[in-house]
Parts: sequence; structure tokens; C-alpha cells
Amino acid sequence: MTSFFLNGKSVTVDDDPSTPLLWVIRDSLGLTGTKFGCGMALCGACTVHLDGNAIRSCVAPLSRVAGKHVTTIEGLSADSSHPLQRAWIEVDVPQCGYCQSGQIMSAAVLLKENPKPTDKDIDEAMSGNICRCGTYPRIRRAIHRAAELAAEKRAS
Amino acid sequence: MKSLNELLNPPAESASRSSSSLPRTNSLVMPRREFLKTSAAIGGGLWIAAYVPELAARPLENMATSGTVFAPNAFIRIASDDSATIIANHSEMGQGVYTSLPMLLNEELEADWSKIRVEAAPVDPAYNHTVFGIQLTGGSTTTPSEWERFRKMGAMARVMLIDAAAQKWGVLVADCHVEKGVVSHAASGKKATYGSLADAASQLKPPGEIPLKDPKQFTVIGKPVRRLDTPSKVNGSAQFGLDVRRPGMLFALVARPPVFGGKVVSFDAAETLKIRGVKTVEQIPSGVAIVADRFWSAKLGREKLKITWDDGENAKLSTSQMLADFSQLSASPGTIAKKTGDPGAALAGAAKTITAEYDVPYLAHAMMEPLNCVVDLRSDSCEIWTGTQFQTVDRANAAHVAGLPPEKVKINTTLLGGGFGRRANPASDFVVEAVHVAKVAKAPVKVVWTREDDLAGGWYRPMWHDRFVAGLDSAGNPIAWTHTIVGQSIFRGTLFESFGIKDGVDSASVEGAADLLYGIPNLQVDLHSPKIGVPVQWWRSVGHSHTGFSVESFFDEVAHAGGKDPYELRRALLAGQPRMSAVLNLVAEKAGWGKPLPPGRGRGIATHFSFDSYVAQVIEASVEKDGTVRVHRVVCAVDCGRTVNPDIVKAQMEGGIIFGLTAALKTEITLENGRVQQHNFYDYPMLRMFESPEIEVHIVPSELSPTGVGEPSVPPVAPALANAIFAATGKRVRRLPIRASDLAGEREVKS
Repeated sequence: MTSFFLNGKSVTVDDDPSTPLLWVIRDSLGLTGTKFGCGMALCGACTVHLDGNAIRSCVAPLSRVAGKHVTTIEGLSADSSHPLQRAWIEVDVPQCGYCQSGQIMSAAVLLKENPKPTDKDIDEAMSGNICRCGTYPRIRRAIHRAAELAAEKRAS
Repeated sequence: MKSLNELLNPPAESASRSSSSLPRTNSLVMPRREFLKTSAAIGGGLWIAAYVPELAARPLENMATSGTVFAPNAFIRIASDDSATIIANHSEMGQGVYTSLPMLLNEELEADWSKIRVEAAPVDPAYNHTVFGIQLTGGSTTTPSEWERFRKMGAMARVMLIDAAAQKWGVLVADCHVEKGVVSHAASGKKATYGSLADAASQLKPPGEIPLKDPKQFTVIGKPVRRLDTPSKVNGSAQFGLDVRRPGMLFALVARPPVFGGKVVSFDAAETLKIRGVKTVEQIPSGVAIVADRFWSAKLGREKLKITWDDGENAKLSTSQMLADFSQLSASPGTIAKKTGDPGAALAGAAKTITAEYDVPYLAHAMMEPLNCVVDLRSDSCEIWTGTQFQTVDRANAAHVAGLPPEKVKINTTLLGGGFGRRANPASDFVVEAVHVAKVAKAPVKVVWTREDDLAGGWYRPMWHDRFVAGLDSAGNPIAWTHTIVGQSIFRGTLFESFGIKDGVDSASVEGAADLLYGIPNLQVDLHSPKIGVPVQWWRSVGHSHTGFSVESFFDEVAHAGGKDPYELRRALLAGQPRMSAVLNLVAEKAGWGKPLPPGRGRGIATHFSFDSYVAQVIEASVEKDGTVRVHRVVCAVDCGRTVNPDIVKAQMEGGIIFGLTAALKTEITLENGRVQQHNFYDYPMLRMFESPEIEVHIVPSELSPTGVGEPSVPPVAPALANAIFAATGKRVRRLPIRASDLAGEREVKS
């Protein structure tokens, strides 16, 4: 049995401790917003937060998260009110949408650490996330927009 | 095209699992005028064809309320809570149809947009494509197929709702007005929402004739309406095939042969069965299925499985040999696809001739969501959940394997995490296999493909070789053009061979070449279609993905050989093509063609006509000393007729350009000893954020009928980039992907 916090709630699972966190979240705990894309930390579709840092859950064994806090796209905000989610809707970023949970979770850590990222900062933070539909120009725009929305929120 | 549907629903015993495909490019398979004729013919019987009595009569499980539902046709349901559910007969794979189809319908329905819901259609003839006659999403044809029908379906519902209100109030229909789902009568001040009229409207007969709005009155079509599916795609709630969960569901992986067409000789599952959670290991036609109570157990189990394979006849396939064979084949003319004038005589009399050969590789679709399929097989029914582009074909093929009539097979179309053609498989490979797995799993089962399975699974864009000879007159103008194409036929061996292959020429192999828009008086395009045991399939823009590159690159060579500016020569030879000329001039103007660039940078231009749309692009690129290509800016102009949603058109252009850049710069599937050499994104890499250029899209305003949008931006990307590289370095790119090793070192002197 392994216990950890998923989106703020304590959960306990009986998966083998070597099982990648991705499959524990999806198959054992039923939260499917976190996606499988490559299984080798190459595409970023499975990005979640572990104690506030972005990790690729497809290569993180369950044992690594015991007792820690994991946040998935479902836990980023209760009502899609995170500045990134609002900006993503405003800019209409997604096409097929499959990679977008991972894109947003990577961007969320970027914005937390760097409230006003430059294009170069975005390149560095987001180049681990693949989008086959080619939404990169809009992801870039939406991250800049989210930075503005977050600044407005802080100012108000 | 009715016969397509008949062909797909043969008696179960005569259906073959590898025998279904269909034409997907209306520009060649169905010439424009036939398309219009077909659309017109559909007009009269449209109401009946679109009417599914069950949908109107049966209480619907998924409705939020228990009140009466008004379902005047197969495409719209209005419930007493005012929700308007639009039933989408085309799959959402990112191209925006779950927004554009509702826009078309609601242009006429005039419901409150905030009350619009979208639901995937079941498989039923009512939902057949208006051109292809079966239910499918492909060929960039959703809007052309539904442009008229969806507006009519919306208008039909509106007329009936207004009728219901007018009858209830005892007033004239003409005195009633509709706005945002509320019918009102000004003189009496009466108002009623659509939901409150659902019951009364359900009692009325559908009207016979409904006039559609004059396009000048459009209030929705042509507006950059935000996508309806975005909110679900930013909070994790969007449901893709891989997210489906059924009670008691098991998970399966399949060990497939390392060589296409290979067979299992024997296998030893002893170690696999020791893995916790593994339920059963069974041979199925495509390999060995490992069924477990969770994905990870099946994955670990597969790693422990020992299989002896008979590799079969494809074990000798190698890319290097195929490249040599293709080049050799191209030295002699193949089956004629197009001939005008006398190219032989014109070449003989030319002041100058130039020749060149081009190569493009096999390509995998590499959708971000790997293939998957959930099947619940019972003795008298089969229910399937998957992201498919090919409902009618999949149902027929699944029914055959299940031993059931097609109507006993229910397909639930989920969102697709990318499609690009792969999920319209002529053999329904991922669906058929999952039904076989369900037979041995004896429980609802989800078959998951890993990234490695997906990339090595075949059904690639064919590799192609193109050989050109052009003859120039003394003024440097091309007077003769011959083009020999070598590549596998996609249509051959499928049920739709007769639709796709005419006089020995597969239309998918020569599209974009045989229909060259340039005014060159002596032209020949011919084709060799070698038989090779690698399964091939349509891939975003299909044949245009190679002809765009080869034709537009060679055209650039011709321009330089004749001492002409590549833009000016295109302009001159497109004089008889007003729409392409407009697109070309627009892109040149927006890109600043001819204006100075920073040192080291070059500009390349390309045009391409595909899926009835006109696209031109200018790319600015530079090449570093080590041969690394930097793409700085892409300017794109498109004429796709009237735009339903300009922001979605722009998104498709942007996405197609990134997709085209990945093909130009990154990817190839190669074989050695019959084995695919690529495995995952480390050796089949995708363009990433830091490589993504600035992209500008300009749409030519048009009042003509809408044409394709999902694919036409792909073909011009590789040639515009290759031409930019030539402009920057003097080095001509003749094979894809572009290799740094081909470009490294000092620059050549420009011609």
C-alpha cells in the first residue's frame, strides 16, 4: 500500500511501488486528464506537479511520491479559473487537446517561478512538451496572456 | 456513391478484413462538378434521409431533463430545459468541427449559443457524408459535405418551433420573430423559449421546403466564434478513447510481429503469467494478446513473453535498397496519368533542359494519443468506444469479426487525440484487432498501443521518388515538363480500388502533379506503383504531401535555370488561375518578397492547390555552419472559399505548417531487414516550441462555397523551406527530411 496526496486529498493504492505514477493516477484512481504519450518522458503529455515541481509521471515510480503532494490538471483549479486556463480559452489554444493538460501543467510551474516570462523563457520551459497539432504559437500567446491576467489579479 | 455503402455491408461471410477503404480527396476522386451535382441531387430527399424516427420517439438516456424532446431530424434535439444538442456526424480530431458544425446549424436555428451541446453521432446512414456516401471524417471535406445540410437541418427546426408558437398563440407565423432561442410576437408581447415549445413542435410535420438565409444575413458564419470544446480541454474533463472506462474492464497489449506480415510460430507465456494482474495470454490473428487487470501489468507481461516469429517474405526489406530501386524505376516512364502537347518533341527542341530526382520517406502519423480501442463483446451485441474517422467501415469490419450483423455493433465515437488519417484505416486494423482481443478476454477490454507500437505499426504515408525533366526556351521559360512518380498505391487491394484507381493510375499518387496549375504547354506525368509489403495509408494531405515538395522545389530549379525570379515566374505561369494568382500575390506582398533580409537569411516561396483550396507560403530561413536549419518566419495566404470560422481556419493553417515543418526537418520511417528502425520520439522527433517560427496567416475573402482547410497548408511548407535554404546557401534540397549533414560547411556560389 502506498499513500500520497492527490489534489489535496489523501489516497492509498495497492499498485506495485514500481508502477509509474501516470498509470496509478489514470487506472487506479480514475483521473484521466493526465495523458499517456510516450512512456519515456519525451513528450510531456503526462506532466503533473510533485510538491510544486513539474515531473513526467510516466517515468516516476509510485514509490517516489509516497507521502508527497501530487497535483494534476483536475486539481489546478476547482473551476478552470487559473490564469492559464482562462488564457487558454481566450486564445483558443487547443486543437485535438490531448497534450494540453501537460502543456498547462508545465506552464503553471513556469509562471509560478517566473511571473513575466520572455519568449526565450517560454522556449526553455515548454520545449519538453510536444504538440502534434502545432499549437505552439498559441501556447506562447496564451502564456503571455496568462502572465497579464495573473498580474491583474495580483493588482486588484 | 450509394454503392460504397452497399459494398461495406456485404453478408458477413463475404466481407474481408482487409477490404475496405475509400476515396478521400474529393478533388480527384469526385471532381468538383460531380460534387455539386451530388449535392443538388441530395437536396430533394434530404428531409427523409436525415430523419431517424428512433431519435425522435425514443426517450434519450443522456438528456438532463425528463420533459419532451423535440428532434425534427437526426442532427438536432431541443429539450424542455432549452438545451440544443447538435449531433455531429464528423469526428472532432482537433480541426474544430464540434464548433463549426454547430455554427452552421445554429446560423439557421438561432438558438441561444450558450445552450448548444455537441454529441457524437451513432453509426447510421442518416449520418453519411453527402459526397462519399458513408460515415467518415477525412479529405478535408467536413465543411464542404455539411455546408448546406446542417443549415437546412437548423432551419427545419426553427420553422417548426415558430409554427408551434404561432399555432399556440393564434397568430401569423410572419408576425413572429426569433432571437437567441426565444420566439416572440411583438403585437401581443407573447414570448416562448424553444424548450417550452418542444412538446408542441414535436406534434408538427416537417415542412417541405425551407429557404435558407441570404449569406448577407449571416450572423454566425464568418465570425471567429470560440471553440465549444476548449473548456473541456483545459481542465482534464475531455474524454478521449484512452480515457474510456467500463465496468469490469480489462486492459490488453498485443505483441505484434517485428516484420510486416510475420506470423507467430510459437510462444511461451510462463513468465508473463507470473506477473501480478495478468489474466490471460492468447494468440490472435495479429500477434499475441496479453490481457491484464491494469495496463502496467499487461506491459510488464509483454516484456516477459517469449515468441518465435516466422518473419515471412518482408524480412529482406531495406530502405537503402528501395531508394535505389525507385530511382532505377523512374528512369523509364510509367503509366501515363496526364499528357498534354508533345513533351518529347518539346524537350528535344528546348534551348536548355534540366533534370532532378527527389525522395521522401515513409512517415508515421504519430498522433499524440496512441491508438486504442475499447470493446464490450456479448453473444448478441458488440459495443465499441474509440476515436475513429471511419465509422461505417469500422462497423462493417468489426461486425464481420464479431460474427454479428452491422446493426448489432454500436460504435461510440470519442474525441480523437489527433487523427491525420491514421484513424481512417482501410482495414480498421486497431478496431478489428480489439474485437479479436475481446473474444479471448471474455470481458470488456481496452487495447492500448504504446508509442513504440504506434510508430512501428505501419500504415505509413508511402515513400515516394520523383524524377523531373524540364525544357526551357531561349528566354528561360519552361515549355516542357515531365514528371515520373514512383511509390506504392494506397488504393490497390482495398474495396475502393475502382474508385481510386483509373486506367492503372492511383489518383492519390499523382494528385498535385497531374493537375498542375502552371501554364506549361507540353506536360507528362506518369506513375510506377511497385508492390511492397509495407502497409500504406493516407496521411494529412496524402499524395500532395510529396507532390507539393517535389513539384514546387523543381519549379524553383526551373526558375533559377532560366534566370527568373521564382515568384515572378509563378505569377506569369498562373495567369490563367485567378484564385491562385490572388493568393500568390497576397503572400508575396505580406512577406515583403524582394525586400532585403538580414545576412544569411533566404526567402522561399511555394504554392499548392489541394482539397479545392489555394495556398501560398513564403518562408524565411537560415542555415548555421553545422547545417542546422533555422526557420524564422512563415507567411501563409489561403483561399478556401467562404470561411465558417476564420480563427479555426487560421489555427488549421498554423497547425498544418508546424506539421509540415516536422516532416521537412525531422521525421522518417526507415526499414532494415524488414524492421522499422524508429521507436519513440527520440528517433522520430517532433518540432518543439523552441523551433516553432513566427507564423502569419492571411485569408482571401471569398463568397464561393467553402473548401478544404485541415490539409491544404501542409504541402507548400517543405518546398517553401527548401527554396529558402537554396536562396540562403545555394544548396538544393532534394530529399526529406532535410539533413544538417547535407547542408553543413561553406556555402556554394548561388546560380
